[in-house]
Amino acid sequence: MRIRVDLSALRQTKWHDYAVRFLFGGFITALAGIIAKKFGPGIGGLFLAFPAIFPASATLIEKHEKEKKKSLGLDGSARGRSAAGVDAAGSSMGSLGLFVFALVVWQFVQRSSMDRSYRGDASMADSLSGSLADSKGIVGFDGEYCSPTTGEKPANRI
Amino acid sequence: MTAMIQSLFRFIIGGVIVSAFAIVGDVLKPKSFAGLFGAAPSVALATLGLTIVADGLAYVGTEARSMMAGATAFFIYASLVSRIMMRYKFPAIWVASCSLPLWLGVAGGIYYFVLVSA
Repeated sequence: MRIRVDLSALRQTKWHDYAVRFLFGGFITALAGIIAKKFGPGIGGLFLAFPAIFPASATLIEKHEKEKKKSLGLDGSARGRSAAGVDAAGSSMGSLGLFVFALVVWQFVQRSSMDRSYRGDASMADSLSGSLADSKGIVGFDGEYCSPTTGEKPANRI
Repeated sequence: MTAMIQSLFRFIIGGVIVSAFAIVGDVLKPKSFAGLFGAAPSVALATLGLTIVADGLAYVGTEARSMMAGATAFFIYASLVSRIMMRYKFPAIWVASCSLPLWLGVAGGIYYFVLVSA
């Protein structure tokens, strides 16, 4: 498979297609933040992997392929659907990358918190209680405990 | 920073990053490769920096852990959508939009049964 860049695809996309993507992307990002504040980071985090622009992109690909075939006097419905399906298959592979991204961020946060506790920023007791808390779904080794459902940080540390 | 300004900030940054990934996906060929960018961590990239500053590392850790559930749901959602589009004659917009509750159900299910109950 040879990967190439085709800049002519940018000319096919109209300004309102870009506007729709901008609005969708911005809306979902803002919504993820609002949900995290209201229901806690546990629920809010789910929306960091929401297929925000997937429906818009799939529709756009289908439309472009249809238009291409139409300009040749052919019906491009099947071709359009097939192209959108191939794009969706690529996205399903991309979601594995998304999973690994989340895993790396999660591990990085855990380890940097542990490093802080080893440096003496938090006591060993804090680290141990953090580990126990983490197994129950509360992340943090540095005393910044927060509820997975509400995101609230208790006033008194364990 | 007030909640309103934070949301506005997220909206603008999110819109820009999501659009940028969409443009990259547009210009790349073949489409199976370009599709990878449909699942780029655009919302996460837009959100995480601001969240670290506003809420701290522990908060981001919890979000990232849930994001893994969301990504698993995305995989199931995109695989199903791809299969339906290839096999049946439904328009892409309908298949992609009507399958979104599947993403919500799977993500919520994994979150509840794996992350909360375990």
